Amino acid sequence: MDYDIIIGLEIHVQLQTESKMFSACGTEFGLPPNTQTDPVSLGLPGTLPVMNGKAFDLALKTAIAFGADIARFTKWDRKNYYYPDLPKNYQISQYDLPFSTGGALPIPERKDGGGGGSVRLTRIHLEEDTGKMIHAAGGLSEVDLNRAGVPLLEIVTEPDLRDPADARGCLEELRLTLRYLGVSDCEMQEGSLRCDANVNLHITKDDGSKVATPIVEIKNMNSFSAVEKALRYEIERQFEKWKDDGLTIKDAPKETRGWSDPDGITKPQRQKETAADYRYFPEPDLVPVEVDDAWIARIREEIGELPMARRRRFESEYGLSPYDANVLVEQGQDVADYFDAVARETGEAKLASNWIQQDVLRVIKEKRLPLADFPVGPAALADLINRVKNKQLNTNQGREVLAAMIETGKPADAVIAEGGYGLIGDRDELAAVVAATIEANPKALDDLAGGKKKPEAVKGWLRGQVMKRTQGKADPQLVVELLEARLAELGH
Amino acid sequence: MDPLGATISGLLDGFASGAFSSEEAVRAFADRIEAHNGKLNAVLDFDPAHALEQARAIDARRAQGHDLGPLAGVPIAIKDNICRRGELTTCCSRMLASYRPPFDATVIRRLHHAGAVILGRLNMDEFAMGSSNETSCFGPARNPWDLERSPGGSSGGAAAAVAASLAPTALGSDTGGSIRQPAALTGVVGLKPTYGRVSRYGLVAFASSLDQIGPFGREVADVARVLSVIAGRDPMDSTSVDRDVPDYLAALESKPDRPLRVGLAREFFSEGLDPEVESAIREAARVFEAEGATVSEISLPNSKHAIPAYYIVAPAEASSNLARYDGTIFGHRAEDFEPKTDAEKDLPALIRMMMASRAEGFGPEVTRRIMLGTFVLSAGYADRYYVQALKVRRLIRDDFDRAFQNVDVILGPTSPVPAFKVGEKLSDPLAMYLLDVYTGPANLAGIPGISLPGGLTKSGLPIGIQLQAPAFAEETLLRAARIFERATDWHTKRPGLV
Repeated sequence: MDYDIIIGLEIHVQLQTESKMFSACGTEFGLPPNTQTDPVSLGLPGTLPVMNGKAFDLALKTAIAFGADIARFTKWDRKNYYYPDLPKNYQISQYDLPFSTGGALPIPERKDGGGGGSVRLTRIHLEEDTGKMIHAAGGLSEVDLNRAGVPLLEIVTEPDLRDPADARGCLEELRLTLRYLGVSDCEMQEGSLRCDANVNLHITKDDGSKVATPIVEIKNMNSFSAVEKALRYEIERQFEKWKDDGLTIKDAPKETRGWSDPDGITKPQRQKETAADYRYFPEPDLVPVEVDDAWIARIREEIGELPMARRRRFESEYGLSPYDANVLVEQGQDVADYFDAVARETGEAKLASNWIQQDVLRVIKEKRLPLADFPVGPAALADLINRVKNKQLNTNQGREVLAAMIETGKPADAVIAEGGYGLIGDRDELAAVVAATIEANPKALDDLAGGKKKPEAVKGWLRGQVMKRTQGKADPQLVVELLEARLAELGH
Repeated sequence: MDPLGATISGLLDGFASGAFSSEEAVRAFADRIEAHNGKLNAVLDFDPAHALEQARAIDARRAQGHDLGPLAGVPIAIKDNICRRGELTTCCSRMLASYRPPFDATVIRRLHHAGAVILGRLNMDEFAMGSSNETSCFGPARNPWDLERSPGGSSGGAAAAVAASLAPTALGSDTGGSIRQPAALTGVVGLKPTYGRVSRYGLVAFASSLDQIGPFGREVADVARVLSVIAGRDPMDSTSVDRDVPDYLAALESKPDRPLRVGLAREFFSEGLDPEVESAIREAARVFEAEGATVSEISLPNSKHAIPAYYIVAPAEASSNLARYDGTIFGHRAEDFEPKTDAEKDLPALIRMMMASRAEGFGPEVTRRIMLGTFVLSAGYADRYYVQALKVRRLIRDDFDRAFQNVDVILGPTSPVPAFKVGEKLSDPLAMYLLDVYTGPANLAGIPGISLPGGLTKSGLPIGIQLQAPAFAEETLLRAARIFERATDWHTKRPGLV
């Protein structure tokens, strides 16, 4: 028996706007409960919603970036239900005329060679987020309306995903893309990116016939790894259950299950006894939105190079390995831009990549700095790399100089001048040091002659002595060459 | 000169000439409210202190020679569904008995800016649902022409107050005739502007796609003056329209290039129209002709569907707009929501609390409309009712568009009957709904309509005539109304009772 995994995602993304979808109050995360509210977001009698144009721009940007069709006429609808997470007891959403249909999310290629391709999008619509219900002990529930009214994108995919790793990869790529676009910070822990998954199995029985297991919607997955783990668990569970009871999609309704991260299992969630009737109707307090060519063109212009394209360009333009290209791209647009600038300035993409990965990224990670606050700009780093390239400094010196540049914010030339850095590039000067070093260490020559020690070890030790005498300022390649020449003269 | 008898123009003249101050005017109206409101129940819990203070401030500014707004010192009373910061705004419902909005409606801000003095809040049908002011939780307002009778509704308090000179002018709201019908029944002028002409921000919603705030006055100039102040685009109301606000007062006396073309719809003269109202309309047509207008018959073939369509669209929107009153954050909260039946035992406490709060907080007419609206939006029924009603709405709009290709205004009745007795129709919702037959179409089509005094019945009750014009043609509408007003003296008739 074999089976295909069928996965579709329903993704909610909070848009990064100063104010809410339909009111002027703030959207900052993590403030005391019910402090990000105003008469409109509290639904006070007499108030009216007004569309946040910036939110609509960000929504358009997302849809255009994923190649969706933008509706030229879109409207708002009310979704009616009684629950205190929205004080109006209805949610302003989009029902039959979403602003975006179609398009696709890229699926990154996996290390095992799988993945790749894309998952089709059914639709994207814009709505207001609901407040947060906190169900406290003793049956009491608390309502925090800070989140109520925050602009929220709902992205629904077709059931095109065939592997939990792809579901995760696709979400990670979505996050990266939305961060590049400045649409959302996509923090799953903070709830600015949320994902539910629909999953079932298409099983090929031993006799060749096919059956599908009942569809399960998994909720409560609060991290990318939870998405992957929950799907893996659920696939296994469905297959075992089917082997046990043989129930198929025709025998059982769709079930909602919640992922429990500590237990590593999905658990059934309370089912609504009857299908919800949301009594959708057009929101009469808002006017429909008409999107014209000029609007789409303006948004299109704001969309820069997306992560997928950038990885490909880093590989083709700079000859980076797929691994390096990915590391630089997935750090975010600022790091990729920084790399672009350094690589262009130095003409040494691989050096630039190494310096950025080994030094810049390490430091900003250690110091938890945003790149914008990193004291060495791309031009300054390029200048330093050029000095190493031109043998004004060796790599170790370069590192020390960079550390000082980060510490003091001074440019490379100032640090070098103050620290007396610089390579002894003069052959004769260095040849004299080499000769003197050998003369001062006759035991080394004995070792070479005696054959007790490996010649390479002895030569390496001598190189170290030369570097010591020059306080590390010798060009290492030249030292090797001159040492060999002098030893040859001495008959070794 | 007596401020009580004055129109807005008269008040402004009086202030300018020094015949009386704004404070004196406010005090005169306050005294009159004190003396007569007990019978009329038009004004709710009025305390004149704040209005007097405002009036004194205006008087002081006037004395200092400051430029004053177009309604400086003019008292105006406000229907109880228009929000004023810190003031009770209850929609005459138990549900909102303690609601004090933390903000002013846009119309209130504009009135303040124009120097108007807010006189108090006015009785109305609960959540503006009703045509007789009888569904108010504060009891019915009474018609000053006959205290046994209703002033109409839902802005019954506003109409009664202006008719009885408790206020020179008032703001009401009109969802299916709630300004025009009570104006007709009390012999005053009532204007429903084009949908989108006046901001709805701060108007507690009944049916959002139909609601519109508008003024009451004694003469056409009164409503023109108030409209000039309250009209215009408001960034807080997306459905308000960005169009210039003309000087409506100047429009009244302007001379159009060609004679006014008045249309009289064949369908108006149907079953249910009181003969005395019919003859007043026919007489009004003759008045227009005598004034140089042409009168022609037109047809509004879909107007017969207006009431059914209206009573689907309005309750549908109301069922959603009023969903927020559940006792959770605001609205009346029931103290006892223990399960009363076995079925209720299975419900979560939250749901039982919402149910009990809504059952206690809403009166029967509001409950009826919420149930009706919930039903027509429900899965399986929405297509048959709500979607169908939207199509009818389109047809009604088309009817008007066609008619206005040939005429400038449409003349007809405002209400099929003059003022009826309190209690007469309350037990028969359908009879009550039919009172909107001539006013509902304008709301469905979004066009402006005005009711003005057009006669008295043999028994001495006012008859209103209605004029309707294309969207944003308020200048034409008011000019036409002024032509009729200039040629007749019905607007000068006052109830003898008070």
